[in-house]
Amino acid sequence: MEFINEARTLVKENIRDYGMYIALFVIMLTFSIMTDGLFMSSRNISNLLDSTGYIAVLAVGMTLVIVIRHIDLSIGFAAGFLGAITAILLTKMGLPIYVTIPVILLLGIVIGLFNGLLIAKYAIPSFVATLAGMLIFRGALLQVTEKTGTIIIKDDAFNAIGNGFIPSLMIVNGLHLLSLILGLLSILIYIYSEISTRRNKIKYQFEVVSKGIFTFKLVFVSAIIAYVTWILAGYNGFSWTVVIMLLVVVAYHFLTTKTVLGRHIYAVGSNPEAAHLSGINVNKITYMVFGSMGMLAALSGILFTSRLQSATTTAGTLFELDAIAAAYVGGVSSAGGVGKVTGAIIGAIVMASLSSGMNLLGVGVSMQYMIRGGVLVAAVLFDVMTRKKRG
Amino acid sequence: MSGYILEMNEISKSFTGVKALSNVNFKVRKGEIHCLIGENGAGKSTLMKVLSGVYPYGTYEGDIVFEGSVQQFNKISDSVQTGIVIIYQELALFPDLTVYENIFVGNEVKRGNLVDWNQTIAEAKKMLKRVGLDVNPETLVKDLSVGKQQLVEIAKALSKDVKLLILDEPTAALNEDDSENLLKLLGELKKQGITSIMISHKLKEVISIADQATVLRDGKTICTLDGYNGEISENMIIKNMVGRDIDDIYPKRPHKKIGETILELNNWSAYSSELARHVLKDIDFHVKKGEIVGIAGLMGSGRTELALSVFGNPKNYKLEGQLKVSGVKKTFKHTSDAIKSGIAYVTEDRKGDGLFLIQDIKNNITAANLNEVADKGIINENEEVKRATEYKRSMYIKASSLEQTVGNLSGGNQQKVSLGKWLFVGPKLLILDEPTRGIDVGAKFEIYTIMNKLISEGMSIIMISSELGEVLGMSDRVYIMAEGRMKGELPIEEANQENIMKLATQ
Repeated sequence: MEFINEARTLVKENIRDYGMYIALFVIMLTFSIMTDGLFMSSRNISNLLDSTGYIAVLAVGMTLVIVIRHIDLSIGFAAGFLGAITAILLTKMGLPIYVTIPVILLLGIVIGLFNGLLIAKYAIPSFVATLAGMLIFRGALLQVTEKTGTIIIKDDAFNAIGNGFIPSLMIVNGLHLLSLILGLLSILIYIYSEISTRRNKIKYQFEVVSKGIFTFKLVFVSAIIAYVTWILAGYNGFSWTVVIMLLVVVAYHFLTTKTVLGRHIYAVGSNPEAAHLSGINVNKITYMVFGSMGMLAALSGILFTSRLQSATTTAGTLFELDAIAAAYVGGVSSAGGVGKVTGAIIGAIVMASLSSGMNLLGVGVSMQYMIRGGVLVAAVLFDVMTRKKRG
Repeated sequence: MSGYILEMNEISKSFTGVKALSNVNFKVRKGEIHCLIGENGAGKSTLMKVLSGVYPYGTYEGDIVFEGSVQQFNKISDSVQTGIVIIYQELALFPDLTVYENIFVGNEVKRGNLVDWNQTIAEAKKMLKRVGLDVNPETLVKDLSVGKQQLVEIAKALSKDVKLLILDEPTAALNEDDSENLLKLLGELKKQGITSIMISHKLKEVISIADQATVLRDGKTICTLDGYNGEISENMIIKNMVGRDIDDIYPKRPHKKIGETILELNNWSAYSSELARHVLKDIDFHVKKGEIVGIAGLMGSGRTELALSVFGNPKNYKLEGQLKVSGVKKTFKHTSDAIKSGIAYVTEDRKGDGLFLIQDIKNNITAANLNEVADKGIINENEEVKRATEYKRSMYIKASSLEQTVGNLSGGNQQKVSLGKWLFVGPKLLILDEPTRGIDVGAKFEIYTIMNKLISEGMSIIMISSELGEVLGMSDRVYIMAEGRMKGELPIEEANQENIMKLATQ
């Protein structure tokens, strides 16, 4: 009884944090039932995650941009443009992949820093500065693909980024061993980090949840990781896209929660004046965040180009809006200072699940747009309402 | 003697238990200029907000009688309709609109449902003539000087058929010529039968213009002085304004050990391009090790600007003169440079630019010096929690845990978090801007105790305060500022409320 009461108050108090997980769960469950389990099949989940990759990495960067009270509309076509440059470097210039990728990522950083310069140094509103960037990169993309049209890439190593899977080592009962090992490792790392955090909290007499709830949470999250691993291992194992996505999330999660830079980003977001008076260089933080956004846009361009195995004239269309939607569904607040990168990934998966599920059900494109719009409004409305209640 | 146009009888008003006004009586005769005087926080603004309907009828006790009938204002437009117009210190003009649009905004001259612009401009010209402002009505307000903007505000009031004009420190931001013009205009309006109430800190103005003057102190009416009987004199006003003893609310310091000079300013001036004027002019100032230096002065006297100009200049003033820290000449490009040189600044507006309200106590305390608890940019959380816990204890912060959101703490505890945040930087010199504003007596005492402890450990403190009692009770030396200049420096033995007030209102 006590267990249930505690669980209830926990959910009530942390509804904002748990909300999107619950939403994702409900969406997945609904689609599974409606498609007779087809939705949760190995193949579909694998495809779903792969098609989320290039939006998810954008959503991570966008979350930080929104946390510091800005927006970046240029990233969609920046990703498309950089994807086209990638294709040109690989095919026309014949550069090897291990040169091309760092060059493209660097180029992305430069583009982001330029946005940051306009916004921080010249105080141009980010909406306007990056809207201009959006137009410029759209033009640039057309310019470089005008003569050739779609550029087809025949580099297998590059195309594997968006389509390939990690080696399996061995197939055990139809499951890919390496993927299983990776899944198991992440469960162990998760359990270890949770337990050590809890120990520390107890040591400093912070409030912690009861043992029962804690164990329940450990088992529950581990089960989910195990389930997803099992599903993916039953198809082709983890794809490179999923691995890259996970690396980005882990790196950014660490950056935002454990480093001085991360703390400064959230400080600037929650009160720029106070941050300035605390000796934090607000302009520098703005450069960093936009620079990282540019780099992730480049990564997104690489993922998308690789997935299509070609650069097209319209690549990147509306990516920025999908990323913004994912960030908001993931709980970022436009008032600044609030929003987690893990939330952004969940937000991206929620939006991708909706598309995937509706595709399986044969819902028309027109309805799909409207439903996704509705979900976005609902997510933000939910956020606003729960915040009011607390405030 | 003519009758009263306004009688405010037994007005009381409380804010969540704190009495801001208690049984205030305030009577204004028709056709006179009546000055309202008192220290910051004496209740002048609150009283005027009651009168203008900012605090609607029913949220205060007492009666407002205007032209013989009891008024029940529910909103500002009610009082405006009756003929009472307030002009605030912060002008309520639209800088990007023209003069004529500003004069008639909300009160448009219409023909049918459309605005009659020709008529508007014609009317505006008439109003401008009445206030003696010779500008093209099509000028944008932002292109006018502050003095002229003030006149536009008055023209706007006249367009509404004002009977009682209230001016809240109208000359605070004006230079001498503009101030004189404004006072002359009030005299002119008086001849036209308009009654004025003027809130002012400048006693010379009060003496030159007031027919009567009412002094408020601690939310009570102290007296009304009559100019016709020659009662309005500097001494009378100051005596009534301050007239309170320093209560025994300041902890005594055991011993003083004053050392070498920590901060020195010579010929220090700051020009704000935003305000297009000097906010500081020719300041000479120094602080020694182990002393508390008080800076007294009224709001807008340049105290906060002085602190900001020293603390890395976040407002980008154009600075002139010399700043020395421990005898070494310095130029700070950013607040972080000032922090590195051992200067910390606890802001006046802790909610606005002091704290990260949506973050927890721990993050706030370590925010200005995270590298102290980090190794190569990675935060050592154990160390951070340990250090933050120490500050929570030594600052007497009352909260259930370090994880509590700062926005949910009381004002006093927020101020102690602010203080903790800056002590975590390990400063040599701590600048406190209104350190006890809006916090209760108990928390005040704790903050004073912390201050004493800090200077006995060899720190230096600059305390900017509007509370004279606090300045006298805590400082070793007092500087007095007015209009961006240093008006005087007094050792604590010679300082008293009267001579400080005199210098501050020069």
